[in-house]
Amino acid sequence: MIPPLIVQEALSQKINLIAITDHNATANIESVQKAAAGSDLIVLPGMEVQTREEVHCLCLFDTLEQAFAWQKIVDATLPDLENNTEFFGEQFIVDETGDFIRREDRLLLNSISLTFEETAQKVTELGGLFIPAHINRKAFGLIANLGLIPENVNIIALEISRHITTPDAYAVYPQVKKYPLIQNGDVHYIDEFLGSTHYQIENPSVNEITSAFLHANGRSFVILPGN
Amino acid sequence: MNLQQIIEKMDLTLLTQKKDFSEITPSQGYASDLLSCVMSGAPHGSLWVTLQAHTNIVAVAALLELSAIIISEGAMPDENTIKKANEEDITLLSSGLSTFSIISKLSALGIEGK
Repeated sequence: MIPPLIVQEALSQKINLIAITDHNATANIESVQKAAAGSDLIVLPGMEVQTREEVHCLCLFDTLEQAFAWQKIVDATLPDLENNTEFFGEQFIVDETGDFIRREDRLLLNSISLTFEETAQKVTELGGLFIPAHINRKAFGLIANLGLIPENVNIIALEISRHITTPDAYAVYPQVKKYPLIQNGDVHYIDEFLGSTHYQIENPSVNEITSAFLHANGRSFVILPGN
Repeated sequence: MNLQQIIEKMDLTLLTQKKDFSEITPSQGYASDLLSCVMSGAPHGSLWVTLQAHTNIVAVAALLELSAIIISEGAMPDENTIKKANEEDITLLSSGLSTFSIISKLSALGIEGK
């Protein structure tokens, strides 16, 4: 998954908005944004952060500066362990053509030491959007790990994986009934683009996407069968 | 074996309010860090060992009327969690030992799983 191929594949699937949400990392976002410059594809900065409870959460931002400010907090709360490429694979940082820039030596797959609540609060304070990710997954999902949706957190929407539909998710997990559910591709390989959640928004911003989640101000979203 | 004896013999730290633990006898032991598993698997009245210190452990323990939670590896719940546990009358105990070591000791004291 190098930046030009990500852009090409998204466009060929008629997807015009993606977010780059690497695990506890933001170093490759800018390269994908550069690769998409001048095309119809908009690339939002983001991250899939792993909280102390081993819950995966999406963080979406409007600007790279916000994402990097969040990265600083993640770096300060991630265990300082070196990646072992033999076990965990390479962590490459590449430029907009996909050429190697450097290796990330720090092991990214761990949990940060912030709780789910602290993570939500800090991401929101930075102007970001906090969305618990693939809540239906047995590994690293909010429901598997924490059982219930924490009540003391202002959660605007939850994300379900491609393996379940919204009606099924509401039926299986009655505790999520009051939350809007979006579905993302969680794309790890180039042939996994999904593009099933369609947004009716004025521009690709955290504010507009939030309104769409809430079906407020004429904004909305709908999940259609994926590509 | 009642909870007072378990606390003393295992040198557990009490994080919530004191009560007469000699009147509480755990039905059995249970361990998991995945709260969804706990909700479907922990027997009523059991003693739960976990390193999960998230505030949801209180809700789960209250739901299943567990006798107490032992939080392993020195993981500390936050103030709100302790406050909520006191409100719900859930006993939180802490140990610096690993979950494995705690269960070994519980087993030696005669606490068994189902």
